[in-house]
Amino acid sequence: MVQCFLIHTVNPVSTLAPGESRVLYSRVFGPEEGALTGADSELGPEQRRLLQNEKVAVVARQVRSAVTLSREASGRVLVETVLGEELVALQEADSGVQRLGRGEPWAGERSALWLGVQSLAFTLVTEPHENLLLAEGTLKSITRHCLEHLRMLGSGSEVLLKSERIDVLLHRLLPHGQLLFLNHRFTQSLEKELANYMAQ
Amino acid sequence: AYNTGSRSIIIGEEELQKFYCRITKQLMGKEHGHDVIDSLQRLHLIMASTKYTRRLPVELHDRLLSLCVSSSVEQLTVLTSAVLRETLPPSGPGQIYTLHDHSPLPSHTAALMLSQAESKEDLSALSSLLLRSLEGRPAGILSHLHTLPLLNTIITYCPESLTEDHVTLLSKRLVEWLRYASVQQGGVASSGGFFTGPRIRQPGPVVELDGCVCGDFFTVLCVSQAFSDDQWMNLYSFSLLRHWLITYHNVTDGNNSTDADDRSEVDGSVVSMVSATSSSSRLLPPKERLREKSFQYCQRLIEQSDRRCVYRAFPCVKSLFGRLNSDLSCSRVLLPIAQFYLNHGETAAVDSECVWRCVFGVLPAECFNDPYLAHETLSFIRANQLQLHSSVPLYTHYFPSLLKFLAWDSPGLVSDYVDVLPSLVTAGTAVELLHSLLDLPCLTAALTLQLRSACFPVSEPGGRGLSSLEAFRSPAHRGLFLFLLRGEAGSGDTMDRLSVLHDLLMEAADWSRVIQSAQSVPVLLHVYFNTVTTISDERLLAQLVLVLLERSSLLLNIPKYTAEIHRVFSHHLLKLCKLHPSLVVDQSRELLEFAGTTTNIHSKEDLYTHVVWVLGEYLSVSFDSRCSVDLVTSCFEALEAVLFEITSSGSPSPRVVTSLLSALAKLASRSHDLIPRVSLFLSKLRSGAVSWCGSEEDVVAVVTRGEELWSLLKLPSVALSVLTPPSLATSPRWHRDANATLPPRLRTLTGLTHTR
Repeated sequence: MVQCFLIHTVNPVSTLAPGESRVLYSRVFGPEEGALTGADSELGPEQRRLLQNEKVAVVARQVRSAVTLSREASGRVLVETVLGEELVALQEADSGVQRLGRGEPWAGERSALWLGVQSLAFTLVTEPHENLLLAEGTLKSITRHCLEHLRMLGSGSEVLLKSERIDVLLHRLLPHGQLLFLNHRFTQSLEKELANYMAQ
Repeated sequence: AYNTGSRSIIIGEEELQKFYCRITKQLMGKEHGHDVIDSLQRLHLIMASTKYTRRLPVELHDRLLSLCVSSSVEQLTVLTSAVLRETLPPSGPGQIYTLHDHSPLPSHTAALMLSQAESKEDLSALSSLLLRSLEGRPAGILSHLHTLPLLNTIITYCPESLTEDHVTLLSKRLVEWLRYASVQQGGVASSGGFFTGPRIRQPGPVVELDGCVCGDFFTVLCVSQAFSDDQWMNLYSFSLLRHWLITYHNVTDGNNSTDADDRSEVDGSVVSMVSATSSSSRLLPPKERLREKSFQYCQRLIEQSDRRCVYRAFPCVKSLFGRLNSDLSCSRVLLPIAQFYLNHGETAAVDSECVWRCVFGVLPAECFNDPYLAHETLSFIRANQLQLHSSVPLYTHYFPSLLKFLAWDSPGLVSDYVDVLPSLVTAGTAVELLHSLLDLPCLTAALTLQLRSACFPVSEPGGRGLSSLEAFRSPAHRGLFLFLLRGEAGSGDTMDRLSVLHDLLMEAADWSRVIQSAQSVPVLLHVYFNTVTTISDERLLAQLVLVLLERSSLLLNIPKYTAEIHRVFSHHLLKLCKLHPSLVVDQSRELLEFAGTTTNIHSKEDLYTHVVWVLGEYLSVSFDSRCSVDLVTSCFEALEAVLFEITSSGSPSPRVVTSLLSALAKLASRSHDLIPRVSLFLSKLRSGAVSWCGSEEDVVAVVTRGEELWSLLKLPSVALSVLTPPSLATSPRWHRDANATLPPRLRTLTGLTHTR
């Protein structure tokens, strides 16, 4: 299953220290790891929640480094895309997968798949032996919908205020973190529902 | 756009409470229009962007919860669920569960409960609720369809939250959904017109991907205009199937009554033979029946993807492999196939060589820049290291190919290679591997050129092309690049004209990718040396020492790379010689040659001083009986010559001088007629003939060391025991460690023997 999905910055942000990444959206599927295993039993629920957010922030930073290094190595020039050019932006996106070792930050090992689109990264964190091919396809699909429905390539991005749209998106394409073997017809069916929702 | 941020929403406490009140009032109304949505969105933003989680006023919390559970407007359920996920429940999550005894659990509410679960009991309670909702008739709304994804998440975190009964129940339902879902197209959503009822046109059966009418039971590769609920359940069932089977269906449990040998393999028929050949499996207990049905489902999927495969199990997979291995776009599918071969190849006594050649040899060479393939291949190797080592000897043979993933993406993969490298180090590959690691940046450059060459087949006009690219294409240097890009080990440790290669690739030294690659080499060398010492005999170690010396001046000229490599070499040379001191006598000729070459002092000071140190320390009959007086003398003379040379012209580093002095003293203590020669030089030092010294501190350092040694050498037998301590015991103790104790020992003895 997918443990979490996040959208975060990969370019320098003036209000943050260099190397840090601002998390614009995050969704963790399932209960807090520490609560169940008892590992964080001495922490109250508030602190556990804080810890969870910190873990997500750690992933964001790791992926930010990976994206930066990958872009440096490929030497490609980033092409600016604007609203309406979502497909182009997606085609130009860098992608990769980063191993998150044990304790970095979750107790068990994870894989972080990422798509770097302009100044943002879209990241899926999965269990180690998950079907990566399926995860990769799902990530691309989610990213495309996010770009389109939240006008993320424009200056008036609605990612913060209308984040429940991402919830709805994930609810269809990645319900509770479950990766789905959607053929194009199943996908079409879901996309129709999504379009109806987004039109409201 | 993300510089200014709602992260900086600072809302005063009073204002916030007023906002809470306003929303609560808004939510009391029957209608929930745009202003309510607006408020909820703002509330969510506030909740999400505050660092410390808040508790909402009880009334607001309850109102939100009630909306989440009962509203039929998705936007409201999503928003309320999202808000509640960001808050702490006012008095524990237990109260939520009592609200839903009668109605099916809406998916967004379940997500909320899941995120707030704090114990195994919570998860068990949630699973019971979910399973109860399955028992009722499907209501036709989306809510119940997410039961399986929810359960999948629950069992990921806590497999024990399902009882044995639950597992049995679900196994039965899974069989139903997987095997017996409807093959009619789901009803198209009614337009709500007048024409409902039995005369409505039937949509017809689902079709295969190629458009033919569905040939057997429904699977995720069946296509339709719209899907019915049970077909959605088929999708969800298959999506969680693998995880379910791994969690609850160990192969070793229960009696497996499938009689696979009875099946006759039917050859190449177009009609699906899967259902026709399956025996009546209704007699099987639920778990086994699910396994059987899963197997059939997968077979059907393979069949739907490739109609020519109708064999069972191994022949099926083998045939699939045969079809796919030449198609690089299917590269990632080959890894699960490889896993299959690894797990079952021996039992089936099948020749797996072609699989390994493909996975370890061909794929990394062709698809080195596919980050997902790289990740999955490395995960495969890491997960199966022991088995690969013992049952797949070809694995280490392909290390040159496997290194290509690393060469392309070092930052992303170096930690994987730290895990995997030890398994690639064998007595047969050790020397070649060392050379390959040192030339990793060259490999990176070559792969870059290979890609560039393929993209731009014709040289760019106007001579703006890279000289390295031209070199890559020129026939004169073909051999060099072919060797560098080889896929298999065994055709030589390294190439003769390595320095030519380095010159050709000089401009690559400032390519980002090459620099990243160079940065990963030192840590891998550490892993390499730590491993190789455990599997080597003296002969191999001797070879490695030679490689160290030779390669120290044969490295691609990347800033800081050479210095880093020298540091690693120095460290491990020391360790190697400490472990096997007789190596020094064995390789004395090469070591002496290195130490006797004064140019080495300038280009590799670090390594040089270490070589001098090991010569001084270990060139002794107490470490190797072959060490003759002549050998000691010739070593002494070589070092003495160097010392004279560097102190008579230029300003040598004091560290080099003191290490030479110490080495000379040690050698002299073993062959006493050399003592006068050293003492002469040392007394010159005492009298201040150190014009070649740079700073005041340097002078002090050198002269002090000179004093100590001079005092020591006045008592030859004492000198011997101090400067050539007995070989280390297997568990060296600090006070007996020559390295750590020589300075204090010298100082003590100087104090004792020095006569003013």
